[in-house]
Amino acid sequence: MRKLPNDLTIQKDNAKVAGQTFNNKLKQPIHESAKKHVTGEAIYIDDMPEWPNELHVATGKSTEAHADIVSINLEKVRAYPGVIDVIVQSDIPGEVDVSPVLSGDLLLAGDFVHYIGQPIFAVAATSFRAAKQAVELAEIEYKIREATLHPKESLARQEFVLPTHTISCGDVSAAMASAPRKIKSDLYIKGQEHFYLEGQISVATPTEDNGVVVYASSQHPAEVQKLVAKVLGVPVGQVLVEVRRMGGGFGGKESQAAVLGCMAAVLAIRNRRPVKYRMPRQDDMVQTGKRHDFWNSYEVGFSEEGEILSAEYDMVGKCGCTADLSDGVIDRAMFHADNAYFLPNARISGYRGKTHTVSNTAFRGFGGPKGVLLAETVVEEIACSVGKDALDIRKLNCYQDGKSKTPYGQEVDENVLLTLMEELEESSDYRARRSAIQAFNKQSPFVKKGLALTPVKFGISFTSKHLNQGGALVHIYTDGSVHVSHGGTEMGQGLYTKVAQIVAKTFGIDYQRVNVGSTRTDKVPNASPTAASAGTDLNGMAALDAAQTIKVRLQEFAMEHFGIAAEEFAIEDDTVSLAKETMSFPEFVKLAYMNRVSLSSTGFYKTPKIGYDRKAAKGRPFLYYANGAAVAEVVVDTFTGEYKVTQVDILHDVGASINSDIDIGQIEGAFVQGMGWLTSEELSWDEKGRITTNSPANYKIPTSADVPEKFNVKLFDRANSEESVYRSKAVGEPPLMLGISVWCALKDACAAMSDHTFSPPLSVPATPEAVFYSMQAAKEFSAGAVLNSEKSVKSL
Amino acid sequence: MKFVLNDELIEDNTLPSDFSALRYLREKRGLTGTKEGCGSGDCGACTLLVGALEEGELKYSTFNSCITPVQSLDGKHVVSVEYLSDADKLHPAQQAMVEHHGSQCGFCTPGIILSLASLYENSQASDKTIDRESVCDAISGNLCRCTGYRPIIDAGLSMGKESAWSSLADNTESVKAKLASLQGDAKAANNYFQPQTLAEFLTIKADHKDATLVAGGTDLMLENTQRFHDFGVLIDVSQINELTKIEDNGTQLTIGASVTYSELEQFSKTRYPHLYHLLERIASRQIRNRGTIGGNVANASPIADMPPILLAFDADIQIISLDGSQRTVSIHDFYQGYKQTVLTEGEGEVIASFTMDLATLADFHRFYKVSKRMEDDISSVMLATRFAVTEGKISDLRLAFGGMAATPIRAKKAEAALLNSDVNDEQALSNALAILKDELTPLSDMRASARYRSDMACNLVRKAWLELNGHSIPTFSGHPVSDASLGYELTSNTSQSAQQGGASHA
Ligand SMILES: Cc1cc2nc3c(=O)[nH]c(=O)nc-3n(C[C@H](O)[C@H](O)[C@H](O)COP(=O)(O)OP(=O)(O)OC[C@H]3O[C@@H](n4cnc5c(N)ncnc54)[C@H](O)[C@@H]3O)c2cc1C
Ligand code: FES
Ligand code: FES
Repeated sequence: MRKLPNDLTIQKDNAKVAGQTFNNKLKQPIHESAKKHVTGEAIYIDDMPEWPNELHVATGKSTEAHADIVSINLEKVRAYPGVIDVIVQSDIPGEVDVSPVLSGDLLLAGDFVHYIGQPIFAVAATSFRAAKQAVELAEIEYKIREATLHPKESLARQEFVLPTHTISCGDVSAAMASAPRKIKSDLYIKGQEHFYLEGQISVATPTEDNGVVVYASSQHPAEVQKLVAKVLGVPVGQVLVEVRRMGGGFGGKESQAAVLGCMAAVLAIRNRRPVKYRMPRQDDMVQTGKRHDFWNSYEVGFSEEGEILSAEYDMVGKCGCTADLSDGVIDRAMFHADNAYFLPNARISGYRGKTHTVSNTAFRGFGGPKGVLLAETVVEEIACSVGKDALDIRKLNCYQDGKSKTPYGQEVDENVLLTLMEELEESSDYRARRSAIQAFNKQSPFVKKGLALTPVKFGISFTSKHLNQGGALVHIYTDGSVHVSHGGTEMGQGLYTKVAQIVAKTFGIDYQRVNVGSTRTDKVPNASPTAASAGTDLNGMAALDAAQTIKVRLQEFAMEHFGIAAEEFAIEDDTVSLAKETMSFPEFVKLAYMNRVSLSSTGFYKTPKIGYDRKAAKGRPFLYYANGAAVAEVVVDTFTGEYKVTQVDILHDVGASINSDIDIGQIEGAFVQGMGWLTSEELSWDEKGRITTNSPANYKIPTSADVPEKFNVKLFDRANSEESVYRSKAVGEPPLMLGISVWCALKDACAAMSDHTFSPPLSVPATPEAVFYSMQAAKEFSAGAVLNSEKSVKSL
Repeated sequence: MKFVLNDELIEDNTLPSDFSALRYLREKRGLTGTKEGCGSGDCGACTLLVGALEEGELKYSTFNSCITPVQSLDGKHVVSVEYLSDADKLHPAQQAMVEHHGSQCGFCTPGIILSLASLYENSQASDKTIDRESVCDAISGNLCRCTGYRPIIDAGLSMGKESAWSSLADNTESVKAKLASLQGDAKAANNYFQPQTLAEFLTIKADHKDATLVAGGTDLMLENTQRFHDFGVLIDVSQINELTKIEDNGTQLTIGASVTYSELEQFSKTRYPHLYHLLERIASRQIRNRGTIGGNVANASPIADMPPILLAFDADIQIISLDGSQRTVSIHDFYQGYKQTVLTEGEGEVIASFTMDLATLADFHRFYKVSKRMEDDISSVMLATRFAVTEGKISDLRLAFGGMAATPIRAKKAEAALLNSDVNDEQALSNALAILKDELTPLSDMRASARYRSDMACNLVRKAWLELNGHSIPTFSGHPVSDASLGYELTSNTSQSAQQGGASHA
């Protein structure tokens, strides 16, 4: 018998464990559902078997942007064959407000409407077609009120959904007054439709105790649960929400998926039947919020060299009719208006413009892209003004030693941006290509080329501090198989795969042993939305914590049972080492079970260090920044403004990657989505406030032919200096902003029409039409300049 | 209706005429691998394969099941994603997609798998190698919002490298036998008719005077899936023998109304490259496999792409009425107003074909389509232009537009201003463009502003005129551009335009 060690308790050291990194030279696991995707076996909500008595929902929508409802006649709707139930606001048993954070989002409109498409009543019918056909038969009378449709109007009328917030540093007016050069201009940035391939959907089934089970396509099951309970008037615990996977989310299913769950639940309870609410694509494009439009006006003062001395930005977001998540969106736009550049003196104000349009919501980047695009426009303008390559202006102003404090006071202490940009400048052969393009443009009358390198620095953490927590639940079964639940949802981003990898690595076992189950509100309560790129950071860390708890128990058990010292225990490569002995993981687990060791644990994580003082407008909203840069080259047809993106090179910082294939997939997908936002995807509204781009027939996301043939994506290999899970960095949102390189390259090509003497305004998105008129402006400027110089020659 | 669905023989005569193949699979067969992303033919999530016997060989092509009436698949082999794998064995398209991380959320994936599988099977059958352009062509109608397509393209390029097992190839013989057993079966149709001959068509139409005609359904079915309209009896003209031919009789080219874009592409690839390149810009591969020229013309949309081309070539339209009599109407007289044609519903008229003179087709011609996106987008403006040049003068020309008026339209005044001008007379061009600006007054909508449409009309005419004069000017498309294709200098006298009967540069 060996001597028992004195102390059998082990301190759990998550930071030490998480401080290791994954070995990316090894073959990585593929997406956990890859095989199911390609065989069609992966089940989405609409694929679940339907009950014979299942009902289908459609809603009757407002045809006015802002009006009082004078009367509603639903006789014909009720009488339509197949219609089982029709409800209006007063039929909702609990509360009618389904807002995510604040208030104003009503499940069904009451006596007034504030956007076209707002649901006024809902129908449950025996078939989807019957429901859709029936809602058309309603007779609704309105008393029309004046509508605000544009953020410029909101600002003029001071109509905001929430108060304005301002961040400032230094002495802006003094610095502006003494700046040798100044530019004052504005930029209207249009929003974006999410176009997740799977439309919004929920199915609700009544339970025996007046609760419901809701299958939702939602990034935020806990919120669906809370709101369903609210509209039903039952305790939250009586509602169970389950999300196995979404066919894409991109932020569009963060807050706005809840409405479907709530509507289905109300109808399910009233009729004691399962109810499915699936929005057909057109309803989805009309009735759900999008990326915010922004109207940004700016003034910058800078030196003759192009160094920014002072910046004043007014950013008006088009929030739509309610707050939804707009507070966070506008804040994040403001936090990113510096992007990669040091602003010694700055005032950044963010206005939450109220318009009578659908309430805009989260979309990958969450406001950030509108700040970054503003910052990149500013450097392009400065470059043109001082006659330098925009890359030189970018490098000059980039955060670096001595220039490292953001306007909100957080230090950019990880000095990677400049290095990363320089590495990409080198690897993409930027300078040689720049001169080749200049030579080409000189002798090419019909087509012009453009080039741009743009960086992104993106803050990671929810700006609402309380959301920065994650929960997980890990079980080991007696055969050594491991089951993980966590609060995060899978929308294609590979979160389940990464969490399984994290749990396997933490235990030291084979990845194949770990199964991540669907996300359920009864497994992990009160979870945060899967958003802000933080899915892996929060849930991965929580899962690591749970695994660590169990592993420590196993270690303590081993020490006691085998009489070994703490350091004589290890699980590595799927094998348990006990001093000189080894044992297979299942054998060891079985033994632990027989000795009554608990093999299940919850795990929890809260992000350290963060905190932003809103009153002072200073603090540390982010744990760290994720960084990247892209070089895009374009060629433009001067007859039409049509263009092709011919080459893209990306270098992106994901810290120490957990799964480089998945990370590269996120980068490429985000880049193309960002490029789409700035090129072919154009939202359009008519003068009544009706969205006219209501279908993929008239709203064009990129196809494979829009993706450049030369598309080189590399990971910037450097571990996170903060204690993130296995030193990785968040990847979901930041690379979306790399798409800005395409817009800047197009602007560069347009400026070539004036030999870069003029930086022509380029609308967002840069459709062929926008590019055409930008080129025209440059051409006209040149012609005017020539005329002027001729005139001045004459007058001499 | 009888067809083979994967490996099952299906017979069902209980369906509404407009019941889509997508709904049939999902709702009636529980085959939920096929997804609905839009229901309007735009996203490709619902892509299926249809296999038919062509000269004894099974040929597969893709289509959008959301806007295809299931009964139109009578006698065919229909393949959904469920058919492609067998326990652990995956089709080369599936295998490659897994290995290249071609799926993220996976919702677009089954549709992409079928598009790639079709490419793979056809390349196997024809020994063609798969290149980037053929992959992009195959998935031109498949939207993916997650991946950015790079891994999907890579997967497409490496299909078959790991394993070459294919359930489609494995089962060819048994499918052929099943299809053969369907041949000659009496059709028990009651609300969806698919006549094989004109005579059959006329009999059916006489019995069902109120029936609606459908060809590919790529316009018509949107009424059903987007506006929730229920159609009564449908008569499918896509299989009528007399309507599916392309014929060259030495002086005239005849294109049957039911010829699909894909068929016309095949035919024009080498003979009429400019037509071919424009066809590539129409819709997506899936839509081009089903959409017909007759449907495009009869649908009478002012933004349709074929009418300007037919206007440029002075096409004649052969129309057959219920009593079997035929009349010929010039395309120039066919459109009467917004979405109005000379076709008379009451007479049960059907378009049989379009004819064009080969001599006209040999004139210098250019077609340009401007839209927000290269693949699968509707024209903001489309120009089809033809110039005949005699002794250095423009002796005949057509400037025909889509997107510039309530109908497809010719700019006759601008044409007149250029007629008989010297081919390189810049002043004549400027005059014509000034006239054109006033002549056509387009609308603004979500695709383009009126101003842009006007400016494009002029610029495209200028571009065509420059090309006529021997300049080589690139026209971008879904294909990648190479530096070599960005010719920015005047080409020599033996330019393509000269060879095509255009002017040699003065
Ligand atoms: C995603 C998508 C993209 C598209 N892109 C384009 C594009 O880029 N350019 C473009 O021009 N179009 C486009 N279209 C429209 C459509 O595909 C074409 O107009 C197509 O040619 C229609 O042919 P079809 O055979 O499908 O017609 P159907 O839908 O079958 O019929 C259309 C109409 O024509 C009538 N009809 C059909 N055949 C005859 C006949 N022989 N005689 C008399 N009447 C007849 C039908 O009754 C119906 O009213 C697109 C459609 C979709 C869904
Ligand atoms: S569902 Fe989108 S094309 Fe059919
Ligand atoms: S993988 Fe999500 S849409 Fe393609």
